[in-house]
Amino acid sequence: MKTIKTLSLAVVAALSFASCSDDDDSPELVNEEEVITTMTVTLTPTDGSETITLQSRDLDGDGSDAPVITVTGNLVTGTTYNGAIVLLNETESPAEDITEEVEEESDEHQFFYTISSGLDVTTEYGNNDSDGNPLGTEFILTAGAASAGTITFTLRHEPTKPNDGIESAGGETDILVSFDVSVE
Amino acid sequence: MRIYALMVLLLCSLSSFSQICNNTLSGKVIDLHDGTALVGAMIIIAGSEQTVVTDINGNFSIQNLCDQTYAIQISHPYCLTSGHKIKVDGNTVKTFQLEHHLEALNEIVLKGHAQNKKSNTLAQNTLSGEKIEQFSSGSLGDALNSLSGVSSLNTGSTVVKPIINGLHSSRVILVNNGVRMEDQEWGVEHAPNIDINTAENITVLKGASAIQYGGDAIAGVIVTAPEKIFIKDSLYGKTLLSASSNGRGSTLTSKLTKSDDNGWFGTVQGTIKRYGDFEAPDYVLSNTGTFERNASVRIGFNKFNYGIEGYYSFYKNEIGILTASHIGGAEDQVRAINSTVPLVLKDFTYAITYPKQDITHHLARIKAFKKFNGFGKVNLQYDFQQNQRLEFDIRVGDDSDTPSLDLVLKTHTLLIDIDSNLSENLSLKSGIMARYQDNFADPSTGVRRLIPDYEKYDIGVYGISTVQLQDNWLLEAGARFDYTYMDVFKFYRTSFWESRNYAALFPEIVVEEYDNQLLTNPQYNFFNASGTVGSTYSFNDKLKFFFNYSLASRVPNPSELFSEGLHHSASRIELGDLSFKSEIANKATLTLQKEGTVFGFSIQPFINNIHNFIVIEPTKVEQTIRGNFQVWEYRQTNAQLLGVDIDATYALSPHFNFNHQFSLVKGYDRQGDSALISMPPVNTTNEITYENPKANNLKLALQSTYAFRQNEYPNTNFEVYIAQSESFELVDVSTPPDAYHLLNFRSSIDVPITKKSNLSVGFNVTNLLNTRYRNYLNSLRYYADDLGRNFLFNLKFNY
Repeated sequence: MKTIKTLSLAVVAALSFASCSDDDDSPELVNEEEVITTMTVTLTPTDGSETITLQSRDLDGDGSDAPVITVTGNLVTGTTYNGAIVLLNETESPAEDITEEVEEESDEHQFFYTISSGLDVTTEYGNNDSDGNPLGTEFILTAGAASAGTITFTLRHEPTKPNDGIESAGGETDILVSFDVSVE
Repeated sequence: MRIYALMVLLLCSLSSFSQICNNTLSGKVIDLHDGTALVGAMIIIAGSEQTVVTDINGNFSIQNLCDQTYAIQISHPYCLTSGHKIKVDGNTVKTFQLEHHLEALNEIVLKGHAQNKKSNTLAQNTLSGEKIEQFSSGSLGDALNSLSGVSSLNTGSTVVKPIINGLHSSRVILVNNGVRMEDQEWGVEHAPNIDINTAENITVLKGASAIQYGGDAIAGVIVTAPEKIFIKDSLYGKTLLSASSNGRGSTLTSKLTKSDDNGWFGTVQGTIKRYGDFEAPDYVLSNTGTFERNASVRIGFNKFNYGIEGYYSFYKNEIGILTASHIGGAEDQVRAINSTVPLVLKDFTYAITYPKQDITHHLARIKAFKKFNGFGKVNLQYDFQQNQRLEFDIRVGDDSDTPSLDLVLKTHTLLIDIDSNLSENLSLKSGIMARYQDNFADPSTGVRRLIPDYEKYDIGVYGISTVQLQDNWLLEAGARFDYTYMDVFKFYRTSFWESRNYAALFPEIVVEEYDNQLLTNPQYNFFNASGTVGSTYSFNDKLKFFFNYSLASRVPNPSELFSEGLHHSASRIELGDLSFKSEIANKATLTLQKEGTVFGFSIQPFINNIHNFIVIEPTKVEQTIRGNFQVWEYRQTNAQLLGVDIDATYALSPHFNFNHQFSLVKGYDRQGDSALISMPPVNTTNEITYENPKANNLKLALQSTYAFRQNEYPNTNFEVYIAQSESFELVDVSTPPDAYHLLNFRSSIDVPITKKSNLSVGFNVTNLLNTRYRNYLNSLRYYADDLGRNFLFNLKFNY
């Protein structure tokens, strides 16, 4: 009889435990902090002509909508541009600047620029990481003869540094965007 | 004390003087178990010289007693002597029960085993304690892998999930120590949170027969049972130490049991496992170490008629995930697949870095039983589980030490079972289950929830009846009904919500709208029926035929219903569907089993037709700012699984034995008319063993396992544009790896130390030839080879 008493006590305790669980209101919204929705590459010509903007914008992050890719104009033959890359998380408001985080952890990141064979464009790194190896959120782009093709920007996380280019760099891809551009 | 006794004596004698003492105490002495009369039981009245013996009908009668309380002692040759206090008030009649058959207690224990059989009409595959000890350093999945028809799904070396006849995850019910495990195994990379060292034996039922645990075991049920503790005064334990070369680590597990003849018993147990990076034949598998710490306590009180037991276990496991498997998109996948070595190679280390999993599982259970004469046995159990799963991804900035996934799942379950023998040949087991579950996904991870917050309520009732038609023919039938209510709070991205047409289909569940997300409150009611019918026929002592048919219904799990987004660890976008219905499986299994000292075998063909089977498979490639990702979508279809499991043993000589196992399973999508993804390839294991009990119980075994190539698979390859080469390249994610053959060696010898303790020393080698291989069911097969040679040294100390 004693056993049954103890048991029924245990059951009552258990049930009351179950019923007073944390039954709060609706859950908290999560706006992902590390999502990169927007990459904007600003190409400012050294000769003062028109600035060109390349942008990939994916407001739903890794969602069903594909990124919207825009290129505001054509590159001018023989012109050198100062390139700057800005990464934003626009799922938050105000938008969060992810470039800052990449620059803070510069030794763990590197941008690579891949130019398709038909396009007469060369690139050069414009900034380095804390160890003096290329980082690439800033770069110099020189447009050659009239041509057309794609520029692909790849941000790798934890690549081998220093490296001989993207083929051997390894690491994990954080960003990969291709833009169709023309040199005129 | 002495004065008190004197006082009592004095009072007694006083009262005897003051009363008329012509009362009669009469009655009967019967067996506690079956109520039969006990002949020749001796009854002694303390304080008087009176002694009587029961007659042929168990009756007795004692004359000349006063109106007072007497101390009576009853003894019988085959019973525990018992003492009673009886108040005599006039002529009194009393029946005494004695626990009979002391000498036959072992027989009763054996009968108990038979009643504990998980199913009467399904041939059981059981892993014995000895076999479990061989896998002391491994996982539950590794150990079960050694049974025919059970394979494993791996996410690395230490995340191993059992697959029964081609199915896994939430289609397998895991009953650990009488508690159904609720450990978030809805993802492929969630292994069961069970310390294999707590189990005395493990039984696999390849069917839904164990409907007392749930009606949703589409694949089967795995039951781990704790040690049986006998009611006698003893103190014993064992300690196992296992050290391996691969992973350069060891496992230490220890158990101590104290039992008493008054019914009390207690067991404490603990395990610690520490391994560094495991190694493939040619390289270190970076970040695959593991650190596991478990402990359990069991305390109880057992009598024949009633008992109560408490159990608590703590499981904590930190598991590294192969660094090279952490990739960022299809382009990385091409690089990884085309590379012959993993993309990340580092030196050996014990450190576990990101990505990793960190799991904590608490389990507490209290159960009690009471036997009622002529009615049966009533069992009552309450259990509580709390499972916390942390998954750490490689993250940047301030978040680098914050987990990407932080889930806490709490489960309360209350069970009441009644075992009753309706007649000599008919028994009925019935019960009711109530469960409440609460999942909380911590938003402070800063990552959108993979599994939403939800509350789930389950109520189930079941009954299983067993009829012994003839001595050699047994029939079993059971039915179960489950009701499940789910109350979910889930955020959806507006773009996904609209692309799925949910806006038109489920407008009523939207609670609130934010910028680009919606809060929804889906609620589900599922009414599921399940059942089992089976029969066993014994042609003779050795040859048996089993037939079992089971109907199982499984409620879709939260990942199947609600997934939408990038699953980082799988590097794919996973999409669930809000409109899923329950899966319903009809499985029929036949078994022909022959036991024998020279030759024995079992052949077990099965067919499993699953209506509304939920399968996740690649459907398209989605472009994101990180590049292209494969999209894996859940969908429902009708599936059919067919297969056969064969076991055979042949004694070549008194010392040499040959064992054979063969498993085949074919899975088809009957709607899409294609092969099902991730089906285990045909495999066979052959083993030669040498045993010599006289030579210190020397055991040697050479084992060969051969896994064929999986030739039936859906082609889900896709192409991706690679900027560097300016070409489209095929991402081959579906072609299965080649067949492989592994050799394993096992040996052990016993060394007696004292009368009561002995030492067993074992030496094993797995993958003896250091073969390079990749396993189709290992999700890391794209990135690295499987484990290379491992030397394993075991020490077992029994005391």
